[in-house]
Amino acid sequence: MSNIRNAFENKKAFIAFVTCGDPDLETTGAVVRAAVENGADLIELGIPFSDPTAEGPVIQGANIRALKGGVTTDKIFDFVRELRRDVTVPMVFMTYANVVFSYGAERFISTCRDIGMDGLILPDIPYEEKEEFLPICRKYGVDLISMIAPTSENRIAMIAKEAEGFLYIVSSLGVTGARSEITTDLSSIINVVRQNTDIPCAIGFGISTPEQAGKMAELADGVIVGSAIVKIIGEHGKEAAPYVGEYVKKMTDGMRK
Amino acid sequence: MTNPKGRFGIHGGQYIPETLMNAVIELEQAYDHYKNDPDFNRELNYLLNEYAGRPSRLYYAEKMTKDLGGAKIYLKREDLNHTGAHKINNVLGQALLAKKMGKTRLIAETGAGQHGVATATAAALMGMECVVFMGEEDTIRQALNVYRMRLLGAEVIPVTSGTATLKDAVSEAMREWTSRIDDTHYCLGSVMGPHPFPTIVRDFQAVISKEIKVQIMEKEGRLPDAVIACVGGGSNAIGSFYHFIEDKEVRLIGCEAAGRGIDTFETAATVNTGRVGIFHGMKSYFCQDEYGQIAPVYSISAGLDYPGVGPEHAWLHDTGRAEYVPVTDDEAVNAFEYLARTEGIIPAIESAHAVAYAMKAAPQMRKDQIIVITISGRGDKDCAAIARYRGEDIHE
Repeated sequence: MSNIRNAFENKKAFIAFVTCGDPDLETTGAVVRAAVENGADLIELGIPFSDPTAEGPVIQGANIRALKGGVTTDKIFDFVRELRRDVTVPMVFMTYANVVFSYGAERFISTCRDIGMDGLILPDIPYEEKEEFLPICRKYGVDLISMIAPTSENRIAMIAKEAEGFLYIVSSLGVTGARSEITTDLSSIINVVRQNTDIPCAIGFGISTPEQAGKMAELADGVIVGSAIVKIIGEHGKEAAPYVGEYVKKMTDGMRK
Repeated sequence: MTNPKGRFGIHGGQYIPETLMNAVIELEQAYDHYKNDPDFNRELNYLLNEYAGRPSRLYYAEKMTKDLGGAKIYLKREDLNHTGAHKINNVLGQALLAKKMGKTRLIAETGAGQHGVATATAAALMGMECVVFMGEEDTIRQALNVYRMRLLGAEVIPVTSGTATLKDAVSEAMREWTSRIDDTHYCLGSVMGPHPFPTIVRDFQAVISKEIKVQIMEKEGRLPDAVIACVGGGSNAIGSFYHFIEDKEVRLIGCEAAGRGIDTFETAATVNTGRVGIFHGMKSYFCQDEYGQIAPVYSISAGLDYPGVGPEHAWLHDTGRAEYVPVTDDEAVNAFEYLARTEGIIPAIESAHAVAYAMKAAPQMRKDQIIVITISGRGDKDCAAIARYRGEDIHE
């Protein structure tokens, strides 16, 4: 078992997503520290990909900015090494299968362990394809995070039974990005999950307001916020850290009041 | 255990978000049912023959043969199909399948616009809603096809993300599908994407090689020595190759778009310059950098301007059963003009890549040998772009 469970100990976890290198790694470092200082329990670090097919316009934009800024997988590994000197909360990478595959799955995942990453989220690796990376993740003690979607239905039990770290519950159809309303019957999904596993589940996609975060935290063990944070970074660039900190504080207050 | 379905050697698979998994499983089950359903096949054959104009001709290009002075050249005239390309074969099959599945809306990506036009056509015929995603760059290169799609009642959405070409249109169509699955079928235009698409599209395009085989036996009493087709995602090529794969004496040659050359960055020759990767739902060869970022590819042909290739082609390459050769913009444009002047046939610039390679190969072959070139589409759509390439500014 990795450190991921610590993020969910005795509280609802707030999971913050940041695209590494948007607009540069120095800003990413400052944003991560600001998020942690203001109550983020787990950090999801995005490794940018040229063609992020599961992302909406906001995170697509961050991917483009980061790649334009010259960030690479190797630079991100060095950055995490440095970040790990003072950031102790659990951290996972979020990226696309080709980034890991092309680096060499074993080389990538063993480096994850060496630099202190706890897990890996690959939105284009469904249950049917996880053997591509799962044995290597297990070998190096890096949790391969499974996702459950509003369309998963008869697949929920199968996915939940084999899930590791935490379960990423996708709140809505479509891609990442803020939504005014989340209409999926999440409590039914989570009920099935609970019958099949005791690992924590966190809801992501479309959550941007403290009210939404509060509502989702009642249903699940944690809340994942990406696009709303990335949007702040897009607006404030290198000066984004304090604004992200302020936002994370509002969100965690909303969840824990 | 990994699901072994949909694999071609190491290639293929289902590398897609969980949101789409039940949709592709449902599609696979429906296809497995209907592909052997006599009523479905009767209906599809009726549409292929009466509506699309099949079987397409296998034409002996006598002037070209004599001019090149080598192998005897036949042209498989997919350009004569309704809507002007091979794309209609696949689209009629998928639209009919989608209809049987109770879907009321088709979405599609398009590069040159041929697949978009074919999808819009099938949607009009079958009374379905249609949305086509097309890279903004391509909507400019292929303005006429944009108008045709709108005329047919489709909505065309210009895609501005990434390089604003075919790969981005595919990404955007995939994103759209994850947001609306219930009533929508993603009518993928090539032998790519997650399983079962590479198999479904292959099966619907295999009619090309099925016909070639019958036609060449009638005309020549034997199989051809080589079948040559252009390869972007690879649907007309796999369709042209499929029924010859077991006939080892038939050379299968796929012509990739080399753009300005495979020694430059301005190329789309995936098998010749790419590496194995995972993208758009499949494992296959992709043009990419050392960190797996997908490369911004280039070709004069909007239909071949794609950084990947279908997984079955990747496998045919790995096993050595098919050869994949690069053809540059220059060679393709020369062939475009050559076929127009020699045979009075204006091929699509995509198909001109296959013609260009045949022009090099035929003179090296004996006069008793036979080449079949698939003319996957007609070139009307390309006239303005080729004129511009030659420095002539004409308006459509």
